[in-house]
Formats: sequence, structure tokens, C-alpha cells
Amino acid sequence: MNWEILGIWLGALVTFCLYSFLYRDNPFYKFAEHLFVGMSAGYWVIYNIENVLIPNWWQNMVPPEGGFNWVWVIPGIFALFMLARIVPKTAGLSRLALGMIIGTGAGLNMVSFFQTNAMSQVKGTIISVATGSAWDIFSSVVLVVGVVSGLVYFFFSKAHTGVVGKTANVGITILMVAFGASFGYTIMARLSLLIGRSQFLLEDWLPTIPRLLGLGG
Amino acid sequence: MRLIIPLAITFTAGIIMILNYFIPHQPFRLLGDNLQDWYLIVASGAIFLGAANLMHVHFRKIRLKLKNWKYSPVTIIGFLVMFVLGLIYGVVEGKPFDYLFLNMVAPMGATMFSLLAFFVASAAFRAFRASNWRATLLLTSAFLVMLGQVPIGAMIWDKIPLAKVWLMSIPNTAGQRAVMIGAAMGVVATSLRIIFGIERSYLGGAD
Amino acid sequence: MAGLIEKLGNMDRRIIFVLIALSVIIPISFNLILPNPVGAEPSRDLFEYVDALPEGSNVLVSFDYDPSTMPELQPMAEAIVLHLFKRNANVVGMALWPQGASLGQDAMSHMADSLGKVQYEDWCNLGYKTGGGVMIVRLGSSISAVFPTDKDNVPWSEIPMLRNITDLQSFSLVISLSAGDPGIIAWIMMAGDRFGVPIGCGCTAVSAPQLYTYLQTGQMVGMLGGLKGAADYETLVGIEDGQAVRGMAPQSVAHLVIMLFIVIGNVAYFSQKKKGGAR
Repeated sequence: MNWEILGIWLGALVTFCLYSFLYRDNPFYKFAEHLFVGMSAGYWVIYNIENVLIPNWWQNMVPPEGGFNWVWVIPGIFALFMLARIVPKTAGLSRLALGMIIGTGAGLNMVSFFQTNAMSQVKGTIISVATGSAWDIFSSVVLVVGVVSGLVYFFFSKAHTGVVGKTANVGITILMVAFGASFGYTIMARLSLLIGRSQFLLEDWLPTIPRLLGLGG
Repeated sequence: MRLIIPLAITFTAGIIMILNYFIPHQPFRLLGDNLQDWYLIVASGAIFLGAANLMHVHFRKIRLKLKNWKYSPVTIIGFLVMFVLGLIYGVVEGKPFDYLFLNMVAPMGATMFSLLAFFVASAAFRAFRASNWRATLLLTSAFLVMLGQVPIGAMIWDKIPLAKVWLMSIPNTAGQRAVMIGAAMGVVATSLRIIFGIERSYLGGAD
Repeated sequence: MAGLIEKLGNMDRRIIFVLIALSVIIPISFNLILPNPVGAEPSRDLFEYVDALPEGSNVLVSFDYDPSTMPELQPMAEAIVLHLFKRNANVVGMALWPQGASLGQDAMSHMADSLGKVQYEDWCNLGYKTGGGVMIVRLGSSISAVFPTDKDNVPWSEIPMLRNITDLQSFSLVISLSAGDPGIIAWIMMAGDRFGVPIGCGCTAVSAPQLYTYLQTGQMVGMLGGLKGAADYETLVGIEDGQAVRGMAPQSVAHLVIMLFIVIGNVAYFSQKKKGGAR
């Protein structure tokens, strides 16, 4: 059996099942959709066992060279607490695990977001004031005015009237340009995915048909 | 009382991470390293929770014969096939688990999201209107990016890609940065509220 | 004429679907390839940074995506890995997304086979870990603590190329191929800003506009945005018939078709508005 061709046909089959949704919702689409969800979940669980639980937990708790590290029982119990959410009577235990996850994330995000997405961005805006050609200076001014007016637009503690209102209007204009760019890129992204699948069907799957029919290739 | 222990854990974990950032020396470094090692294990519990919940939902659908219950066995079998093959053969390249991923899961994932190409085109046709000057500006910006991103843009006029690069580097960066700084402030405020136990909504719903 | 415009304005969505499909299928069927000039784009910056790396540099490539964005990110992954191999870099792969571990393995082994590179001597795949940003911070103090084994459970100590790698600062460059969260932003925050490691990125077109801000601040050395970024890198590396380069022709035609739809939709809208019928 040619496993490569079988793989291509399996891929093509599920691709056609999913594309049938473009006509309307139908059993083929539903079949592939449910299969995708199930297989993806299976994949996630296996990778968690193979790449996380075995090397990072089990082999730390029960090292291959022997012994038993009791301290690693604690994260194991916390992970089990997460599963306790399934049973209504024990669901409260999941708060302990959630507390650890959320607390760690909050502590990390507080400093990281402030450093990377606030301070560094402010710094980047200030040092962008270039002294080059007239075009560079114009670009720098657009950047600084755009950032400041954009921030004013998001500042709701003061009514958007007078100077604040006018600045906020400049801000919304800059935001519109940014959203337009995002829209253009989004169209590109979605089409790229379609192109990828079309390339698979036309360049990988279609040439297998003459091969299967013994017409050369 | 039910909330005090989870809130204490949240506070302790949050403070350890902050101290670990500002004072990357002992004992905070050791505390931070251990917390981060444990975090990997506990976070993986969430994935098992998701999978267990998925199975629970589909078994329930079959038991109660809810809408579309006939497809639920497909999800369960798909899950079990990957799970059993993964346990038997592992995740090594070229083995059945890897084969099914590359030839079934990957094409399905890619196709599912490529459907959006059709819907985004349809939505653009129906909803993208130059109804005022700002909407026209948005439309112009989108057109410039769409042309500047593909070779045909340079064929129409060789300055289009340059204009796109400027638009992305200056006005787009300004707009995105304004949003980013505002959101960062929101994250800082929310994180502080979580660490100090003012924000507790994430603990809800588990009585 | 007015009747025709009205008809076009009320076009059935299935006609739009068919036209979009044809705009992609026809250029691919005729094997249409358009030249892809690479200007002063962030993709060139990333290429030049990688090209200037000394031989034997350690480079970490994080495959932070899944099949849903594979058509955009897999060609990038292959082109970047090929370039790194050509520069004789030690390529260490890992993933913040579970499915990225398999896709990364596919890209690395495919490119390694084409250049005769040996697994565990020239490249290795450490596999997937949970934890996103928290895990990256831990990599800053010890990588072997997070990855005691590689993807296939081969112990760290048995992988020769990892002998001189201890923490994130052992790497000359980290490249994240990112489809969202966790991904490039976590790498910039933790590896870049916290541990001072240079960061490069390949991302989906959807997330590219947001990431331009990190280019201007110097928090990223370069970026590949969407299929265009992938095509740029393929062109710069010299993959003349790469998947992304071939994708640029259907991408061009489909963009023109969508722009035409938007224009028709607007003409119909204003025509109806003139008659007082537009909503």
C-alpha cells in the first residue's frame, strides 16, 4: 500500500467534506467537523502526556536513577484539583489551582506588559523624533501626534469637547487608517489559507488520480 | 473562608513573580524557578480538563439523544484513535500518530479556517461602505495595503509598495501603539486587582 | 444600467464564493508566477540579520502555530530553517503550541534531509511545553530544567549540540513563528526585553499590523508578515518556486477580485441611496 498517496487522499477527502459547507450545512461537513474536534483533543492530550507530564513531572518525582521526590506531589495534586471542576461536589477545589495559575500570570503580566507595551512604546515614540530629511521629520511628527491623539481618544475621564475633542478627532482618524491596514491584512490572511488548500488539491491531490489510474506520472 | 485560601495562593504567586522580576537573586530566584516549574504541571491540568469536558458533553448528548447526537460518536472515536495510537507509538515522526496528524488533523485545521476567505469576501461586499470620509479613509488604507502586499501592486505603480511600507510604519504604528499603551495600562490595573483580591470573578462558578 | 447595478448589489453569496474560488484556482492551474520584488520590508531586515550571524551560532526557532495558519507559516518555517542551515547555525526547535511541535519537526527534518544536516548534531526539536510566557521566563534561568528531554524523550545530556546551551542568553537569535497567543509577544516580553536576546518573527498577516510597533522600537530585528513575508524570505533565500512565491499570483488576482466586489457593492449602495432606498 502506498501510504503517501493514501495520506493525500485522506487529506483531500476531509477537505472536500469541510468545503461542502459553502453550499449549505450538511452531514459530510458535520462529520468532518466532529472528527476534527475529537482528533485535535486526542492530539493535545497525548502531547501533554509525552512532552509535559512525563519529562517535567513524572521523571522529576520518580527520577530514572531511583528515589522519590515528595515535593513534586504538590503540583500533581494541584493539577488534579483542576480536574475536580468536572464533579460538582468537588468543584471548589479547582479554585486552588486557578488561584495559582491566575496569580502567577497576573504577577508576570503586570511587570511585562508595563515594560514592553507601555514604557518601551513611550520611549520608542519619544526617540522617533528624527532629524533627517523633511520627510523623516514629517513622519516623526505624524507618529508622535498619532500616538498622543490616539491615547486622548481612549481617555474617557474628560468630555471630548474643545481641544480634547479636536485632538480625539485626530486620534480617531489615525485609528481608522490603522484599522484599514488591519482589514487589508486580514483579507490577505484569509485568502492565503484558501490558496494553501487549493495548492494542496491542485498540486498534490489531483496528480495522484492519473497515477492511480495507471496513466503515467 | 472558602475564598481566603485561593486568594492567598493568588497573592503569593503574584508577589513571587513580581519580586523575581525586580530581585533576580536568592531566595526570590529559587522561589520563582520552582513556581514556574510547578506552573507547567498545573497548567497542563487545564488541557485534561478540556478533554474530559469534551467527552462528558458528547457522552451526555448520546445518552439524552440531544440535537446532532449521531455525530458525537465520531468525536469520541476520533479522540480515542489519536489517544490510543499516541500511547502505543508515541509522537515520533513517521509513526501512525504523526501520520494521522499530518494527513488528517492538519488538512482539516487548515481547511476549516480557509472557509473564512469566502465569508470575508462576502462580508466585504455587503458591509464595506464608504459612507463618510473616515470610512473612505479606512477603505483607502485597506486598498493600499491589499495592493502593496502583492506583486501586482508594484506592476500597477512601483511606488505602491513604498507607500504601503510608510503607511504600516507610521500611521498604522501610531494607531496600534495608542491601542497597545491603553491596553497595557488595563492589564497592569487588572493584574493588581487580581493580586490584591479585589477582582475575584475568575473564582466564581465553582460552588 | 440601474437595474444591472441593483442586481449586482443583491448578488447571491454563492456567486461570490465561486468567483473567489476561480480567482485562486485559475492562476494556480496555469502555474502563473509573478516576480516578487523585495523592497525595504521588515522581511529583508530579518534576512540580513540571519545572514550576518557567525557560523555555529545557536538559534532558537519556536513553532507557535497550528494547522489553521499552516499555509502562511509553514513556508516561512521552511525558508528560515533552510537559511539557518545554509549559515551552519545550530538550530534548536520548540513549540508553545502543541501542534507546532509536529509541524516544526516536519519543516526541520524536510530541510535537514535536503542539505544533509544531522539531527542532534546540527538541529533538534525540543517539542512542546505548556505555560507560554511563564515557561519562557524559566528558560531564562535554565533551559534543561524546562526541557529535560526533547520531543521524542531523548535526554538533554545525550544531545551533543546542546552541550554549550544553558539558558536563553546562549542563543544569538530567537525566531518565533507565531499565530497568536502564546507567541511572539510573549517572546518579546520575556526573552527580548527581560533577558536581552534578539528576537525575530514570522507571523500571520492578521497579527502583522500590531507587531509593526515592535519594529520601530527595535524590540524585533525583523518580521515576516503573512504569505507576502514568506514569499519575500523564499525569494531572498533563493527558493525560486517556493510555495509562498507561487501563492503570490493567486493572492494578487484574489485581492483584485475582492476590491472589485467592494467597488461594486459601493456603487450599488450609492445608486440605491440616490433613489432613497439605501439603509
